[in-house]
Amino acid sequence: MLRGISLTVSAGERVALVGESGAGKSTLLSVLQNRYDGNTALIPQDPGLVRNLSVFHNVYMGSLHRHSAAYNLLNLVWPRPAEVERIRPILERLGLADKLFERAGQLSGGQQQRTAICRALLQGGDAVLGDEPVSATDNHQSRIILDALTETFETVILAMHDVDLALEYSTRIIGIKDGGIALDAAAGGLKRADLDFLYRD
Amino acid sequence: MVVSTNSAPSAPRTSPVVKVSMGFVAVAMVCLVFADISITTLDPWSEMKRMAWGAVTPDFSVVAGIGMVIVRTIAFALLGVALGALGGFMLSQVFHLGPVRWACASVRAIHELFWALIFLQMLGLSPLTGVLAIAIPYAGICAKVYAELLEEADLPALRILPRGTGMVSALFFARLPEVWVHLKTYTSYRFECGLRSATVLGFVGLPTLGFHLETAFAEGNYSAAAGLLIIFYVLIATLRFWMRPKLVGFYVLAAPFLLGGGAAIDMGNIVRFLTVDIVPAPLRRGSFLDGQTWSDLGDWTWTLLMDQALPGMVTTLLLTQIALVATGIGALFLFPLISKKFFGPVARSVGHVFLVVMRSTPEFILAYIFLQLWGPSMLPAIVALSLHNGAIIGHLVGRFSDEVRLRPDSPRGLNLYGFEIVPRVYGQFLAFLFYRWEVIMRETAILGILGIATLGFFIDSALADIRLDRAMFLIAVTAAFNMGIDILSRRIRRRLRLRSQAGRA
Repeated sequence: MLRGISLTVSAGERVALVGESGAGKSTLLSVLQNRYDGNTALIPQDPGLVRNLSVFHNVYMGSLHRHSAAYNLLNLVWPRPAEVERIRPILERLGLADKLFERAGQLSGGQQQRTAICRALLQGGDAVLGDEPVSATDNHQSRIILDALTETFETVILAMHDVDLALEYSTRIIGIKDGGIALDAAAGGLKRADLDFLYRD
Repeated sequence: MVVSTNSAPSAPRTSPVVKVSMGFVAVAMVCLVFADISITTLDPWSEMKRMAWGAVTPDFSVVAGIGMVIVRTIAFALLGVALGALGGFMLSQVFHLGPVRWACASVRAIHELFWALIFLQMLGLSPLTGVLAIAIPYAGICAKVYAELLEEADLPALRILPRGTGMVSALFFARLPEVWVHLKTYTSYRFECGLRSATVLGFVGLPTLGFHLETAFAEGNYSAAAGLLIIFYVLIATLRFWMRPKLVGFYVLAAPFLLGGGAAIDMGNIVRFLTVDIVPAPLRRGSFLDGQTWSDLGDWTWTLLMDQALPGMVTTLLLTQIALVATGIGALFLFPLISKKFFGPVARSVGHVFLVVMRSTPEFILAYIFLQLWGPSMLPAIVALSLHNGAIIGHLVGRFSDEVRLRPDSPRGLNLYGFEIVPRVYGQFLAFLFYRWEVIMRETAILGILGIATLGFFIDSALADIRLDRAMFLIAVTAAFNMGIDILSRRIRRRLRLRSQAGRA
């Protein structure tokens, strides 16, 4: 799928991976995820939710590594008020506050995606790797999400299909075409038209 | 693309599925030649009449304190299954390790009645004997099934867990919730099996329903036997009303106090059993350094193999192969009884009742009843095994046949059966049948306790003579034999690409 790619991302960069669907963005993201051994949060395209658990529990999963197994199990059976209050504002910001104890499997596709983002926000860390995190949200919500992600994480690497948002929110654009890097440039100097060639056959 | 066809007119090719089926039928026919199927009782008809009369005049009053007997039966099943499921669950977490897999395979290859006989020697008639006899083989079965369920599940949430998440947290947050429903369904099915097991354990002396059932039969009091059986069916049929998920915890906590008393456990007994009784006799008597001891051990093993293990294995195999094919034929006859494709609602409900009764009655009890009628030969065992297992498979195939979609102008009756339905359900049917193969063999071995010369007969005789070393050796042979069939069945299923979702039954 990918061939001869060499890529270095420095801390503090906000990278957008753009290109046609099937060009290799998801593959590149999973390679990055496997190579990078620091503290990263993930937002996969399949949101990776446990459908039988509530939104609260799915978001709480972002903090499993911070607590003891006993405390985690306690929260599984009986959510602690402190944890609920930690998670509620994150859900509020992304417009999910009323879904706190609803089962993830019953949410719409967009709501599930936002739940996965809330989990990554709670998890925090040095970097976030996201595969189309704003593909199922409208423009207004997309901005809220991208604001939250860029505030929380020092380094942000997102595959994005919306070129305008990519140019607006990232510092560096990497264009993927046919499994290779066709473009790698600072976002500041680029215009929309400069990216058109990525989407042409 | 070039499509090449072989245009030479050729005889219709027999599919491998049909070839294998015919092979099994042929083997069973040969077995039938060597099998002893005779009616040895003098007047089976009058006994049958008395039984039928008993069945229509059930008597519920004979056993004093029947309520307590029912409660005790449930308590044994509940504790046995709870411990088995818990142990099985923990084992399922390490099931990928070879030794664990083997240990589980060998404990489940030994029937719970054999486990009960072993623990009776060690612990005497204490409640622990019954609980362990259920818990140990069930742990082996649950470990395997739970591990498969966890492995088959698609677990997308595992990938997103933060680095450094502990194993326990990952298990409970990302794995268990995804498969919880399946685990629950399977465990409640196991509980139904546990009720059957607990009942059958009464036949070797534990104070459950089976104990009173055996007494009633032995006394020829068929009305009392019918009453007890009806209570048993009602218990199974009403399971989902009283076995509520919310009450399970309460039940399990209460169960230990409801097992009834029993002989106290004697530590000396346990130690003697483990260190003396089960050690082969030549080793017990002689010195390890003496060459004579080892040659005696060789003789001991050879004699046991030739005089008992081998004849027992031959009979077990004969009976298993006949019963397997009879089960298949039975299932193919029985499944239309509950299929919407063949019968209306009234006839179907009669079919359902018949199948439920047949599959709820443990084959051990069915064999016991037929044995009273016809005397000890292979006949009662074959009929019991094929009715019980045929009803189980018939039920599964019948449900499966309801899902077959037919064209509007499809044939009816026998033509529908032969041309449209059977060809479509045959693969599924065969998968179920091969899954039951190992179960049938395990049961065949145990029916030896009733006097049919399978492996269980020799084990039971050795125990009666208090030759525990021989009994343990024969039990080990039985387990190995069973594991062999399990492997063979898996090979055949893979070869024929037979898969079934419900096959775990």
